[in-house]
Amino acid sequence: MFEYAPAPESRSVVDIADSYGLFIDGEFRAPADGDAFKTINPASEEVLAEVATAGPEDVDRAVAAARRAFPAWSALPGAERSKYLFRIARIIQERSRELAVLESLDNGKPIKETRDVDLPLVAAHFFYYAGWADKLAYAGFGPDPRPIGVAGQVIPWNFPLLMLAWKVAPALATGNTVVLKPAETTPLSALFFADVCRQAELPPGVVNIVTGAGDTGAYLVAHPDVDKVAFTGSTEVGREIARTVAGTGKRLTLELGGKAANIVFDDAPIDQAVEGIVDGIFFNQGHVCCAGSRLLVQESVADHLMDSLKRRMATLRVGDPLDKNTDVGAINSAAQLARIRELSEIGAQEGAERWSPPCELPERGFWFAPTVFTGVTQAHRIAREEIFGPVLSVLTFRTPAEAIEKANNTPYGLSAGVWTEKGSRILAVADKLRAGVIWANTFNKFDPASPFGGYKESGYGREGGRHGLEAYLA
Amino acid sequence: MTATATVGLSDLRAFLHGLPGVDKVGVEGRAAALGTRSVKTGSKAKAIDLAIRMVDLTTLEGADTPGKVRALCAKGRRPDPADPGCPPVAAICVYPAMVPVAAAALAGSGVHLASVATAFPSGQAPLEVKLADTRAAVAAGADEVDMVISRGAFLAGDYTRVFDEIVAVREACGSAHLKVILETGELGTYDNVRRASWLAMLAGADFIKTSTGKVAVNATLPITLVMLEAVRDFRARHGRQVGVKPAGGIKTTKDAIKYLVLINETVGDDWLSPDWFRFGASSLLNDLLMQRTKLTTGHYSGPDYFTLD
Amino acid sequence: MPKSSKVAAPAQPAGTAESGASVRLSVRKTYKLYIGGKFPRSESGRTFVVDGDNVALASRKDARDAVVAARAAQPGWAGATAYNRGQVLYRVAEMVEARRAEFAALGVAAGELDAVIDRWVWYAGWADKIAQVTGGANPVAGPFFNISAPEPTGVVAVVAPPTLLGLVSVIAPAVVTGNTAVVLAADPQIAITLAEAFATSDVPGGVVNVLTGRYAETAPWLAAHADVNALDLTGVESAELAAELERAAAGTLKRVLRPPAGGADFTADPGLRPMTALLETKTVWHPKGF
Repeated sequence: MFEYAPAPESRSVVDIADSYGLFIDGEFRAPADGDAFKTINPASEEVLAEVATAGPEDVDRAVAAARRAFPAWSALPGAERSKYLFRIARIIQERSRELAVLESLDNGKPIKETRDVDLPLVAAHFFYYAGWADKLAYAGFGPDPRPIGVAGQVIPWNFPLLMLAWKVAPALATGNTVVLKPAETTPLSALFFADVCRQAELPPGVVNIVTGAGDTGAYLVAHPDVDKVAFTGSTEVGREIARTVAGTGKRLTLELGGKAANIVFDDAPIDQAVEGIVDGIFFNQGHVCCAGSRLLVQESVADHLMDSLKRRMATLRVGDPLDKNTDVGAINSAAQLARIRELSEIGAQEGAERWSPPCELPERGFWFAPTVFTGVTQAHRIAREEIFGPVLSVLTFRTPAEAIEKANNTPYGLSAGVWTEKGSRILAVADKLRAGVIWANTFNKFDPASPFGGYKESGYGREGGRHGLEAYLA
Repeated sequence: MTATATVGLSDLRAFLHGLPGVDKVGVEGRAAALGTRSVKTGSKAKAIDLAIRMVDLTTLEGADTPGKVRALCAKGRRPDPADPGCPPVAAICVYPAMVPVAAAALAGSGVHLASVATAFPSGQAPLEVKLADTRAAVAAGADEVDMVISRGAFLAGDYTRVFDEIVAVREACGSAHLKVILETGELGTYDNVRRASWLAMLAGADFIKTSTGKVAVNATLPITLVMLEAVRDFRARHGRQVGVKPAGGIKTTKDAIKYLVLINETVGDDWLSPDWFRFGASSLLNDLLMQRTKLTTGHYSGPDYFTLD
Repeated sequence: MPKSSKVAAPAQPAGTAESGASVRLSVRKTYKLYIGGKFPRSESGRTFVVDGDNVALASRKDARDAVVAARAAQPGWAGATAYNRGQVLYRVAEMVEARRAEFAALGVAAGELDAVIDRWVWYAGWADKIAQVTGGANPVAGPFFNISAPEPTGVVAVVAPPTLLGLVSVIAPAVVTGNTAVVLAADPQIAITLAEAFATSDVPGGVVNVLTGRYAETAPWLAAHADVNALDLTGVESAELAAELERAAAGTLKRVLRPPAGGADFTADPGLRPMTALLETKTVWHPKGF
């Protein structure tokens, strides 16, 4: 066997402070009541830094700062706002290596991915929306689109900086000011972004970052002076937020969970389909709302496909996120690992057949081997609930109609995949799938120009593209 | 095992067109992703030595002379005169006319002698000429024959003719190993690369090879990936292992290592040997040697320290 | 709303205006519900009196049945060609035009009727254009064909405003794009007369369902109904009730169209929002390669 020697990216390229305050009105400030929490490296459980917990008073100050900054920021000519965003995009490109390492340390995802996927997309997103800032009248939302005001944004831990970009870039381009709360387990790249804003000389108060857990997010969402709420995360929390916002007149967009079907027909380009399946569920440790977590394979090719898939899974390299050859990194938190374990146990108890490749997992940190369940039916919990981990459930179908029926048989509707060499089948299946993003003969592709968002309980509103402006325009 | 026993000739078209399609963007994406693997230190040293042992050191010029070929053979036997630990290459690859010279120069070395044949590089000659070309090369001492398929016939859909030619050349080779050059740069699509790979294997190829090195597009990672998938699937179905030889355009150690990674993560260990994988190359060898020296000495080397042959 | 020109009150013998010689009793209309293309009574058997007419008082079970009908009709309606939906909607405009006298008798002013008919025609024309305005190709950085297109969100529950213009201004944008609707109507006679126009316009049964009665009673059931995709609260007058319905809708993350701040002006250009709020955007990727 051709063994690759360890190829670790140097962690010394990024400086991590011992502790971080809240970024409010252009300054890092201590929280009012002095509370803090620790953020750890999920690959080693080592403490990376201590981060302030924002309480109601801190959220209040952050919203007030955003409110003060709003009149001037929204009155700025679009061309000027645009240049701030271009600056931010450039600084992110220049500091990509630092950010990639930081993100891998705090999140546990492989450096290969932060370097080749997250960071390029983050910069691209700012570039894309930078160009919209002075062209909003042409975006199709009326001749004089206006910003909404102060946006309260709550983002998840699976793509910390990318989700920040998805939220902040369109909000700023349209003239809103923001208070953003990163996830409790991954606050560091957002705090680094605060420094990017300072380097770009973004006016104080335009971007404010408050760290903390669910309570901090709840204060922000419920704050009476927030005009617009944007949330990416679980469907459960999304429901809670929708209830909180009800009757307040606040605008709301939600990007929530999913249980995507990845449908493989018997005439699929099989080797690429296998790659798409692997990418669909093991990319980012399966911590992807649009992950292809339900493989629907035509029964006539199921055995052959499973052999290929297992062979391919055996080549996945699980381990040190900073190693440039790692394909699957650490599970983001102990809590998430517990959930993945629990649902996997249930899958086995319910009679599905569980398989993982031989895979040596590190002793410290949170790890879960890539796992596939075969013999799964729609009645199994692993076929219905979002696991948000590297766990694939395989179901079979006989006809296109059955595939579509099974694919749509879920309250979710974020994404889906379809693999077939027959063009008319692709178009017909894509038409009938009730999901916001359909990947045909590919999977998990993202682009700032491409709208992303769900049907049904996967949320509402779109992020990305021209469509993504709508959430931030009155 | 005869090919016709497994696939009736009349079914050849149906069989080849029934192979799973290849999605261009997908296969290129996969190859590019594998191209980002980082192979360092000890792994790199091993990879370099393996790559040297896989080189079919090649000269295929109208200007080739006995002197040039002898020099190349000497280099193939001992690529780094300063380091006896440096392994020899897998084979020397020449035109049929140069086979006698090369055979003499390689005698007793264990380095194989490959001859291109069958009206290389175009293959546009009558079958009798191609067979005579092959027999002459083998008679003169070549133990490997690199034939070209009739791309014109393949593209015209005359699969039977391509098949029959390979069978005939296979027979003319006797005990010599047959490498079948698909000239993938002229096949136009990955689907055709996959079909041509299967066609060659069904007809009895010991190796399938990408290119002559004489057209605009030679070996690429994704083309080689498709061919590796074909040999993998062929063995799973027919129980016979076939080798793969990318040729042309592979010039650097970095390139070569990407191919080794490709093998490692697609078909695995079984193909990580000069018996089953070759690089058709010339300038690649010197870059491998320079990188090898850098690893042993700790500083970067320069071209003046390696022979230009 | 003044309804002076309405059909004669039931207590008086009708159709006797011309002469005392020929005494003919007129045939009155029974105002029932409109569900699945049929005009059933409320399953509850309840009625209430409006201007002397007994009209059906819809129950939560009627709402449930209407959702079943709307859901059953939705794939077929969305699957019809946009051209066809446009034609059907245009036909509704023709049928309303033909019923001018009847609507006038219910108190709808001529100017409002003009606006109503023109609005139908306006929306009918959107059927095969909205996708071009709100969708299109996205220039992604890679060898991919990438296109976004709007799709109907599914079944929409609508609390309709009382006027005919308000009513059509919430129904037309919901259904033109392929949604089906369960409409809680404020004015039973106007709404059911409009439903008769649907019933005679090739609008497939179940595409529009009209429930009359007290929306405060039925709307919460629809807001919480797991087989309803969106909730249009345009006709809800009470901010408190609107908030309560929005909260109920959060349970299944319905799309919610809130009552317009400061009241609705249905004479203004509606813009795209009434349609786009009830549309999903689907984005399809496919590689490009030989």
